[in-house]
Amino acid sequence: MRYAETGYNLEIDLTTGNIERVETDPRDTELYLGGLGTNARLLWNVDPEIDPFSPDVPLIFSSGLLCGTPAPGANRTIITAYSPQTLLMGYSMMGGFWAPELKHAGYDKVILRGKSPKLVYIWIHNDKVEIRDASHLHGMGAVQTQEEIKRELNQPNAHVAAIGLAGENRVSMASIEQGRSSASRLGLGAVMGSKNVKAIAVRGTKDINLAKPDEFIELCNEVLDYIKFRNENPVPGVMTILQGLGSPQEMLHVDEKWHTENFVWGNARVRRKDFWNKEIEKKWAETQLSVRKRLISCYNCPMKCGAIISVPGLSTYMMKCFSKLTYSMAAFVEDLDFGFRIAQKATEYGVDGFSTPQTMAFAVELYEAGILTDADFEGCPKDNQGRFYWLLDRIVRREGIGDILADGTYWAAKRIGKGAEEFAHNNIKKHEQLPLKLGMLNPVYYLMYATGEKINITQIEGQFPQSPFPTMEERLNFVKDWIQVPDEKFKQYLLDWELRGERSNPYYPTVDMSVDIVDWQEMMHYIDDALGVCAGLSSFPLKPPYHIHNYPKIISAATGIDIDEEALKKVYRRNRNLVRAINVRRGLRRADEQPPTDHWKKRFPELEKQLLDAYYRFKGWNDDGIPKKETLQELDLGYVAEDLEQRGII
Amino acid sequence: MAKIKKKIKTIKVDLDKCNGCRACEVICSAFHAAPKYSSNNPARSRIRMIRDPMRDVYVPVYAGEYTPAECMGRDKYIIDGKEYDECGFCRASCPSRDAFKEPDSGLPLKCDMCESEPPLDKPLCVKWCINDALIYEEREEEVDEEVKQEDVEIGIQSLIDKYGLDKVVNTVARVTQKE
Repeated sequence: MRYAETGYNLEIDLTTGNIERVETDPRDTELYLGGLGTNARLLWNVDPEIDPFSPDVPLIFSSGLLCGTPAPGANRTIITAYSPQTLLMGYSMMGGFWAPELKHAGYDKVILRGKSPKLVYIWIHNDKVEIRDASHLHGMGAVQTQEEIKRELNQPNAHVAAIGLAGENRVSMASIEQGRSSASRLGLGAVMGSKNVKAIAVRGTKDINLAKPDEFIELCNEVLDYIKFRNENPVPGVMTILQGLGSPQEMLHVDEKWHTENFVWGNARVRRKDFWNKEIEKKWAETQLSVRKRLISCYNCPMKCGAIISVPGLSTYMMKCFSKLTYSMAAFVEDLDFGFRIAQKATEYGVDGFSTPQTMAFAVELYEAGILTDADFEGCPKDNQGRFYWLLDRIVRREGIGDILADGTYWAAKRIGKGAEEFAHNNIKKHEQLPLKLGMLNPVYYLMYATGEKINITQIEGQFPQSPFPTMEERLNFVKDWIQVPDEKFKQYLLDWELRGERSNPYYPTVDMSVDIVDWQEMMHYIDDALGVCAGLSSFPLKPPYHIHNYPKIISAATGIDIDEEALKKVYRRNRNLVRAINVRRGLRRADEQPPTDHWKKRFPELEKQLLDAYYRFKGWNDDGIPKKETLQELDLGYVAEDLEQRGII
Repeated sequence: MAKIKKKIKTIKVDLDKCNGCRACEVICSAFHAAPKYSSNNPARSRIRMIRDPMRDVYVPVYAGEYTPAECMGRDKYIIDGKEYDECGFCRASCPSRDAFKEPDSGLPLKCDMCESEPPLDKPLCVKWCINDALIYEEREEEVDEEVKQEDVEIGIQSLIDKYGLDKVVNTVARVTQKE
């Protein structure tokens, strides 16, 4: 019997309509766990030369290894293909209820290959799987589509992952929406659209088995108790949204002084240090509280990171995190009501809440600079709000200038020319970043931004405070119950970290310390992404309930696999190297590992070189960021080394 | 009339505090698996979230009695302008719906308040709901011992009225023989 996992994948060939339930190799679970790890293993078998929209690229919807077990917060769906925007491996994830439902239907993954001749949706109900006509859903909003499919199947308990018009039109920032969650980054909604799949609906009523039941439930109880403890004991001395667990509690909090004054407005340009005042606070609080119907969670998680939003006159949708502000700030609109209204439209269209507003603000700047002209903006309203609605429609429909903008700022700038490249200034690896511009280089963040393959800082950072505590008393207080550290040395790093002087940014944490810290951060994200546990209970917040010390016990009790800390660290290194190797085969090199030039005002080229050198060395990679043969062999990735050798890469 | 003490177990359900996570379903199904915790499956749970996020409907309902026939009519509640599902608050395992039936056998499920030896201090759905949407309360009530007897008498009298004494006596004899 297989424990925690089902041991079966659902493989669907959309071109021929062939559907198969395929048993997986339990040895792969031991090597890669599941989720991201086994997705990467599958993607490794795919021709590295092909176009992301080629029917031969599989689009993989995976649960994580712990999804569907009682482990709190194990609900993530890890979606993988090649990104049409970065051209690298695209893995984007969503919470919600879909992955556990898939497990209960009897599958760990759904692998979509080929391309359907017409728009379809997939209906998975335990052993019964159908490819159904979706022509009546063409152009329908992503939220509405979910409701419509549940209605027509008469399955209120089904969970549906769907694309909107943006995905159908292969817009590079198209998301896959599901309940309160979405896989938004890296354009996987466009890949789904390219396969002519509008949605995947799932309903499952089968058991998931646990290897060591009593032990497992005891560990889950400990996790829940710790969550309770952390909810009652916020971390003092850090900003509100970093004090607790979960993703930043943007739906709960109405005080947006920090975001509006520290993040930048427009096309990631303007910092407004005196924006927030009493009047705005009152108005924004009123707006948020009037449209927010309920704070909600994902499957089997006590946090409340999302909310049901009902704006008068618009259909209801769900929201989480920061998208309430991204559109308003990019458009220079000081009215939060606009943020909630345009986000409703964007959610139905199914687009990413970071890349989309950034791309629209980029277009506005190009127009103001005379690079885009009145002809490009013909019919566009003059006011900031109207302009954004107009641009959103053009992009999603790929009409006029929207057809160019739909590929994101990097590719749009290339096509527009005339100096437009200068305006696509906030990208890493061709992908739009958070609108954040800072003063002094932080060496830890430099490394995370430069080297992260998920290309999205919130899915790389975590665990370690973002800045030093001013007083020794605060530092001692912070480290005294810091049980999550993989090694005691991290406590010392924090104790010695000062706001000013010798032991402050950018030279402290030192190069080696920075590499250590980033390795810890990455390790937790890679483990979470293989297990399907939400970063909000593990890799993202300070002092989370899951960590390197209890994870091996939890995995072992769930699956029966004999695994300790060292073995789990090795799985992390294996998955990290496999993902890197996939991207190396797609052309990723050191030259691509660059944070935006203007991310920090003060840059230190010599130090940055040392940081990257040390990071590569630590990973067992060469100076170009390519895993060395011995590194791969040591991690049972001999087949990867062989392939890279044959291609003349190593 | 003699008085007896009866323990009343109540789970107070605060719909406003529910975040819709279904942890109650997860742990319920795990606890009732055989062996205990060896598997989990919300479809076997004895608590069920009646849930429709688009209408902000979140109602955890506990499995009550099995009924072989559905009601003659159905109810639908509207509370503070919000419309809840048909039979949305009903606890019965009933032919009219899927809830509270084993997914493979169709046998009815019923909440037993996590009866166990040694007893738990509260049902596990309550323990796992750290948002306090579910609160466990226990109290003792004094009840008339005879009440039940009277109920039986009324019931039998109504059967005699309807079918005649002979038929009822014969049926009782036959049923007791079977047991």
